[in-house]
Amino acid sequence: MSLLGQLFPSSVLRPMELGSDGLIVLTVAGLLFVLTRYRKWGWLWREWITTVDHKKIGVMYLVASLVMLFRGGVDALLLRTQLAAPNSTFLGPEHYDEIFTTHGTIMVFFMAMPLMFALYNAVIPLMIGARDVAFPRLNAISFWVFAFAAILFNISFVIGGSPDAGWTAYAPLTELTFNPGVGENYYLLALLISGIGTLASGINFVATILGMRARGMTLMRMPLFVWSALVSSALILFAFPALTVALGLTMLDRLFGSSFFTIAHGGMPMMYVNLFWIWGHPEVYLLVLPAFGIFSEVVATFSRKRLFGYASMVGSLLAITLLSFGVWVHHFFTMGAGAAVNAFFGVSTMLIAIPTGVKIFNWIMTMWGGRVRMTVAMLWQMAFIPVFVLGGATGVLLAVVPGDYQFHNSYFMVAHFHTMLIGGVVFGFLSGLYYWWPKMFGYMLDERQGRWAFWLYFIGFWVTFVPQYLLGLEGMTRRMYTYSAGFGWTTLNQISTLGAFIMGAGFLVLVFNIVYSMLHGERDLTGDPWDGRTLEWSLPSPAPEYNFACLPTVAERDTWWEAKREGGAVAARLRAGDIGPIVMPKPTAVPFFIGLGFFVAGAGMVFSWWVVAAVGFAGVLALLVAGWFDYRDHEELSRDVVLRAEAAAGRVQA
Amino acid sequence: MSEAMHTTPAPDGGPAGPPVLPTPAETTKLGIWLWLASDCALFASLIATYLTLHGQTAGGPTAQQLFDLPLTLVSTFALLLSSVTMGVALEALQKDDIAALRRWLVVTALLGAIFVGLEIREFHHYTVSGLWFQRSDFASSFYVLVGFHGLHVSFGIAWILSLLIFTFRKPGGITRADHWRFEMMSLYWYFVDVVWVVIFTVIYLLGKVG
Amino acid sequence: MSRGGTHCALPLQRQVNPVVGRPSGHRRPPTGRGAAGVRRTGRPGRRPARLVSAVAAAAALLLTGCGPDYVVLHPVGPVAKSELHVVEMAAVPMAAVFLFVVALFFIAVFRFRDRPGNTAPYTPEWEGSRRLEVVWFAIPILIVGFIAVPTVRTTFALDRLPPARDPLMIDVTSLDWKWLFQYPSARIATVDYLKVPTGRPLLFELTADSPMNTFWIPQLGGMEYTMPGRVLPLWLQVDRPGIYWGRSGNFSGVGFAQMQFRLQAVSPAAFTAWVAGVRGTDPPMSPADYRELLKPAVVGDQTYAGYPAGSFPAQTHGFTLTGGMYTYPQTA
Repeated sequence: MSLLGQLFPSSVLRPMELGSDGLIVLTVAGLLFVLTRYRKWGWLWREWITTVDHKKIGVMYLVASLVMLFRGGVDALLLRTQLAAPNSTFLGPEHYDEIFTTHGTIMVFFMAMPLMFALYNAVIPLMIGARDVAFPRLNAISFWVFAFAAILFNISFVIGGSPDAGWTAYAPLTELTFNPGVGENYYLLALLISGIGTLASGINFVATILGMRARGMTLMRMPLFVWSALVSSALILFAFPALTVALGLTMLDRLFGSSFFTIAHGGMPMMYVNLFWIWGHPEVYLLVLPAFGIFSEVVATFSRKRLFGYASMVGSLLAITLLSFGVWVHHFFTMGAGAAVNAFFGVSTMLIAIPTGVKIFNWIMTMWGGRVRMTVAMLWQMAFIPVFVLGGATGVLLAVVPGDYQFHNSYFMVAHFHTMLIGGVVFGFLSGLYYWWPKMFGYMLDERQGRWAFWLYFIGFWVTFVPQYLLGLEGMTRRMYTYSAGFGWTTLNQISTLGAFIMGAGFLVLVFNIVYSMLHGERDLTGDPWDGRTLEWSLPSPAPEYNFACLPTVAERDTWWEAKREGGAVAARLRAGDIGPIVMPKPTAVPFFIGLGFFVAGAGMVFSWWVVAAVGFAGVLALLVAGWFDYRDHEELSRDVVLRAEAAAGRVQA
Repeated sequence: MSEAMHTTPAPDGGPAGPPVLPTPAETTKLGIWLWLASDCALFASLIATYLTLHGQTAGGPTAQQLFDLPLTLVSTFALLLSSVTMGVALEALQKDDIAALRRWLVVTALLGAIFVGLEIREFHHYTVSGLWFQRSDFASSFYVLVGFHGLHVSFGIAWILSLLIFTFRKPGGITRADHWRFEMMSLYWYFVDVVWVVIFTVIYLLGKVG
Repeated sequence: MSRGGTHCALPLQRQVNPVVGRPSGHRRPPTGRGAAGVRRTGRPGRRPARLVSAVAAAAALLLTGCGPDYVVLHPVGPVAKSELHVVEMAAVPMAAVFLFVVALFFIAVFRFRDRPGNTAPYTPEWEGSRRLEVVWFAIPILIVGFIAVPTVRTTFALDRLPPARDPLMIDVTSLDWKWLFQYPSARIATVDYLKVPTGRPLLFELTADSPMNTFWIPQLGGMEYTMPGRVLPLWLQVDRPGIYWGRSGNFSGVGFAQMQFRLQAVSPAAFTAWVAGVRGTDPPMSPADYRELLKPAVVGDQTYAGYPAGSFPAQTHGFTLTGGMYTYPQTA
């Protein structure tokens, strides 16, 4: 195939793709113009690209995640538009297949995961009383590796062609015989590369939480969000290797002619399915557990009450973590593992309902006897409870093995996992976003617009997914690009499509809310706008570069709440004598270029340009060595600088 | 990094090191442990893959026909010996005997290089004897698992060499505050050796027995 | 070399304010206002209740139309019936849990919402109750036990054919993008449609000569994968004559939406007559015909009297692995 034909196959020359090309060029040109016109290149380089500050890295994760939510959301609307009418020709089958693949992949890997890391980065060090994560440079590497992997994945639809085998990419459909383009290579390389960043983040946050806590913050005094980040990061360590192996071996099959998962030569497609879900199920929990943590913070703060059943909350987090590795077969009961195996995994799946149920009751009891304030953060938390109980209930129905034989891969299952991932993960992360936004940016998100976004999204959710449960009962299976009118699926599909557009409107209001509040929103001058309970609210908003001028000592849970109770409004004031010089990590451009190196290597491998790939890998190695010999990776902020900054914020006692 | 900083016991059971930057050595070592734990999961997945597929020889050579246990025993011995020499090197570090440290690091790296060299020779031998990478699923999973371990050893050698350079270039010479760098590397090296013992048992011993 | 910065002497300077004795959180009596330094957060919600009732009404409306389109809810054979039965056994307690939790949740929110004049007790320090926690550890355990027992029992029960019945064996091969059905006892083959007798167990042997699909006839019972290199058995039965559709549930490429077929159930006598008719009139399948079927394409119905030996790919490829939920003794 000619180079041009390889780069621009017919699938990237459809009107929709060409239109996107135009929009991308316009957006990039606009960005370049603004950066040049307002002389922002230096600012971009110094403040963002070379930063190792966890708070800024968190902001960059957030921006990336919202952009990806936009792309994944547009994908979703295209899919729903196609399904709004039987025998629709809006998208052809090839096009539809590509879009549901990118929708799923982007939402899981490039929207949900970075949103989770955005929140970890934004608040975990603040909550445990640390000045940064354990390995600030590694943190920056994680981000840039993720960011370039996301770019690599996203350019597939304009250069070379999108993957089209579903986000699960089951072998042998991904085998070269059935899938000759480069799309699947993009999928494999982008996920393998972003997996490196994810693993590094997992290590970083476990080490940060275990090794960087403030004095006196014992494990059982940690805020629940920190607990959930700890177990979720630990899940990353043990789950992601299985995905790496599944994708890596598929890549060897495609690029180097091996036959691990192929039909020919005795390959075992089912081994791919096993490896994928040994990662895949823990993945769901490592996304939803942080959301549980956020709910625990939000519900206590906005009920002005201690979290109910702290110990059983921690216990159930640990129980879910352990159980999550023992349920993966429930993704393929129908692959013939036999009655004994299926019964075992069915029951183990149901067991997860027990710790989850305990958590739900504990959240409700936290409100009981409190004073519940209906802020937008709390609305998302409250919306979560009925949605998640519905998702849990349908999950139990799917765990009933004979039932799963009827529900597997139908729209019932599609509706179930969207209920869990939207109702659990997205509602949770949005709750956290509204809650911690003032801490991240120093201004509040407008509550009235926030409620609009919330209600649109919440109503849209029900309108979209209740019909999908019913479509499952009507026998509609997932990933069908079209259906004929005779099945009687038309009305429900139309309602579902309507709901998807309502959710899309909710997203637009959310974006408007962010932009409006950035310009006109209420500034948070107190640092503690919600009357919070945990350490991050003892700092100004946004927190200074070094977080804590003076490292706190913790004597109980809800430290900040207790300090306010005993110390009143001036609890945050420091004594000048306690302030000293602070050592902070120095900015570096190495992480950015490591990400770029991986991008070059990945792109080279996608197109089997081995020289390019070798150059990329060599660059990564060279940068790692260079970083290794950089002994001056920290710098000192003098006492004067810190004292002046704190005094300017009015935080030093007279 | 001040010694006092990360040895101060917490007043009431919190973590030993206060949350300071640069990150306390204990926390850095914890990071390495976590990475190795994750690497264990990676090797476990690859070993599971090998065990699932090692019977799929597609009419090609089998483990019994090809494996040369005495040769593999030599390379295994070299790698195990390198663990001992790594221990001697760290001993020298404890005694601030930098010359001995360098000597033993070189010996360790050489033993590692012997292991990698023998592995390359082994791979070449198998390839020309009819077991190239794509020959069968047994071949592919064998090369991936053993090759992945070989890459780990090579990375370890590079790490040793970089620390060797470090001993010459570090301004002010090697002090107690630098020990963690060597300790981290040795953890990795021991880990790679232990993984080899597992691989040797699973692939070569069981493969020879059938 | 002190690099770490200093440490506060006491927990968060709690000694600093001797004047203001009460914590900020309690200085202001809880009101509908947001919080310190920030303006109001608006009316306390009334809307959730309205919304939930609307959702419930909508769901009821949709379910009342539970017509014949809801194929999963209208089984025509024993397998689908017992599958539906277990789901119902599980769905009832799940629905009860859902209603109970949502009710408890709304009571909590409305009773304890933060608005002026709310007289409900405010107990900010209440952080647990061993007794209550034991109760809601126990409730889910009981419910899970209640559901797990019939689940396990049915899972094992459906694993075996009913004893002393003579099943009709049908070999199913999913191809890109069509279904090939072979009747080994009659040595006839069909593409994209099945004809079977009522009241007799059907023993399907599922495999693929293409990427994976699942074989699913919702009104007869649940699906199972068709996988290259493996044979999974699945038994189903249809008790009522009629035409039922089946399709694939696992994505297999651009023709996946067309991976559909129909099953026509007729009386045993009519089935025997049909078989005889096929054997009398239709041509046998040649190896070339089979190679043609292997090509990725969507085709229409086809009927063959006879097929090449070994065209059931499990035999062509030389391995036969079995397993599966609805297995049978390996004697056949």
